[in-house]
Amino acid sequence: MAKIELTRIPFIKNALKSRYPQLAVFIVMLVGYIFAILAGLIGTPVGSHNFSIVFVWIAWWAVLILVAVPFFGRGWCSVCPIPLPGEWLQRGAILSPPDKKPKWLNLRVPKMFRNIWLQNISFLLLALFSSVLLTTPNITGIVLAAMLFAAIGLSTIFERRAFCRYLCPVGGFIGLYSQTAPIELRIKDKQVCVSCDGKPCYNGSSAGYGCPWDVFPGGLSKNTYCGLCMECIRTCPHDNIAVNLRSFSADLAKPSTRMDEAFKAFIMLGSAMIYAGVLLGPWGVFKDAAYNVGTSAWFAYAVIFLAIIFGILPGLFTLGILKGKSSLPLKQRFASLATALIPLGLMFWVAFSLSFVLTNASYIIAALSDPLGLGWNLFGTANAVWQPMLTSILAPAQTLALVGGLIWSARTAQKAANEVRVSSVPTIVYGFILTLIMFWLLL
Amino acid sequence: MKRSELLSRILVVVAVVGAVGTPLFVWSRTPLIHARMAENGGWSPDVIQAEAGKPLQLKLTSDDVMHGFAVGQMDMDAVDVEPGKVTDVTITFDKPGIYTFYCTRWCGLNHWRMRGTIEVNGSPLDPAPVSPPLYVSLNLDIDAPHDALFIPDGKPSAVNGQSLAMSNSISLSREDYFTRSPYQVFDELKGTSLTEEQRWDAVAYLWQSNTTPESLAEGKQLYAQNCAACHGENGAGNGVFADDLAAVGEASMQTMTGAGNMTMQTPIDFTDPKQMLGASPALLQGKILRGGMGTGMPMWGSIFSEEQIWDLIAYLYSFQFEFMK
Repeated sequence: MAKIELTRIPFIKNALKSRYPQLAVFIVMLVGYIFAILAGLIGTPVGSHNFSIVFVWIAWWAVLILVAVPFFGRGWCSVCPIPLPGEWLQRGAILSPPDKKPKWLNLRVPKMFRNIWLQNISFLLLALFSSVLLTTPNITGIVLAAMLFAAIGLSTIFERRAFCRYLCPVGGFIGLYSQTAPIELRIKDKQVCVSCDGKPCYNGSSAGYGCPWDVFPGGLSKNTYCGLCMECIRTCPHDNIAVNLRSFSADLAKPSTRMDEAFKAFIMLGSAMIYAGVLLGPWGVFKDAAYNVGTSAWFAYAVIFLAIIFGILPGLFTLGILKGKSSLPLKQRFASLATALIPLGLMFWVAFSLSFVLTNASYIIAALSDPLGLGWNLFGTANAVWQPMLTSILAPAQTLALVGGLIWSARTAQKAANEVRVSSVPTIVYGFILTLIMFWLLL
Repeated sequence: MKRSELLSRILVVVAVVGAVGTPLFVWSRTPLIHARMAENGGWSPDVIQAEAGKPLQLKLTSDDVMHGFAVGQMDMDAVDVEPGKVTDVTITFDKPGIYTFYCTRWCGLNHWRMRGTIEVNGSPLDPAPVSPPLYVSLNLDIDAPHDALFIPDGKPSAVNGQSLAMSNSISLSREDYFTRSPYQVFDELKGTSLTEEQRWDAVAYLWQSNTTPESLAEGKQLYAQNCAACHGENGAGNGVFADDLAAVGEASMQTMTGAGNMTMQTPIDFTDPKQMLGASPALLQGKILRGGMGTGMPMWGSIFSEEQIWDLIAYLYSFQFEFMK
């Protein structure tokens, strides 16, 4: 599929170039985020009736994993409110760069942290506590507030969006899966960037700020680390930045060679499977273990969780690709072939999320009218009865997601295998077995 | 500073202050009464102030499971308190005093501990003189053993007893009904020509003749709502909490603030004739009014009216006697 340059459309280009539409969305998001924190802290402790749980873990999650990530990649990051207060402080302005920049430390993030391992760890931390986090409003409120303050703190110490780029527990997997999205931000002509003086897209200018994501747009070849903040569209003096519509998973044609990204794929794949078993499965003992944080059962759950993600899944994968004849080091083959797990993992998450989102979506209607559980009835829906939605399409939709994910993964595996000149069969078989397990867990 | 920047900052500050201030303001002006399982704190607050003659408006919400709300000795229907939802209740107290509100749903093992008080102020300040309950007037030791020395082989029948009582001119005054146990009356009938089985049938009839179908129906309802969780629907001491109460025992109670030395016991079996036929209504009144003192049996004196207690007692004897329908 040929790319379609969306920024050729004047309306879209003007909307992206102007700061005001984005600011309007930012303010709405920030208000919603702060309200979610407060709702978690002062609202009813009953999760199913609290805005923080219902709107963050059901509504937002549904939009994120079923729509935003698959279709818009890092679209969520472009409107995420978490980095805003810190970024505004760091910049000393909300809109265009000020004449006088504030004197923050503005340090460069140490090289050892310039990868997504911290994001892998932060995601796993939340994942291990997820049973409590997803059901307990005040814990959700505290975590949301902690992320906001962490982002502010990091913005005053380090340059650019250190939190988004290196610590955000959500940003890591959004970046990984954004490679599959049919939307991208790229330069139009590489030669223009090469000859551009001062590289304002990276270093900033009076028209805008240097890339908050620490990315030089001229070198962008995949979506992973581009936060779609649109700052480079504003700063590029040559109108050389485009937002394109493209085919799905275009970035996966060139597999990753990074171990942090490869392990991210395993973390996401394993988490989706474990959640499907623990949160949706019929095994009360697992649910209890996951919920009772701090008990010996929870520690056992945590050990098993980590063992599956860091031991069993990558271990079996390695065994599968070990015997292939290739001159490339195993590490590189491992990282490259793990690219095939990206669409598989995304579709696992879609299938898993369909279950609990459709089951719990009716809570949104009630929480809309009474978000704090204070007895309000703003829209007359406070007494809406819980009812699973679209149950008849759930199983077919999940089947479609899993089968589609497997086919997508197999195609990606073939491309990745060609790149590293090994057989794709072990990777495809691996994906097939995991898909069967996921079928068993979900259906 | 550019005007657009200034306006943006104002807009952001107003939005943030609004996002923080509005919910905090509304929240601070919405006093809720939170219901939690007793293990997690029970009612909060558990003391409420009110004025006699003025409507008291309460907003109740549950923080965990389904609870119920009612005020003892008040003619009001219990209301459900659902998790995450708010239930509005308006109560008007005619007289000042201290009232007990309590949970009416079997919410957990310590459900019966979910109680609080409403302190109603106003005139008349001097409460009307209260006569002591019957068991106190009779100076009954309600903790002393009171077993029947002789028990019937089967369940005595009031139907059979009716004709026997009529033909032998046997009756039981209201006062004697309150103060005597079935076994005592059975024993007092030994001077008659009736067999032991017939004497028990006559006692069954005498007990029924001292109640009414309405009273039994009311007692049955009270029992189902308040007693069956521990004592069982059939009165056999095997309610849904019975096993847990027996098993948890002292360990459970030690986790409760202010209840250090209390112990749990298996709930009393109302189908056991030895205990029930040896107990007078006055004695049962004492046990219900005061509670089991260390056994886990709560005190109901602040919740049931005197009439309700007599209704309940009348129903308890139906576990021993075959009453006429």
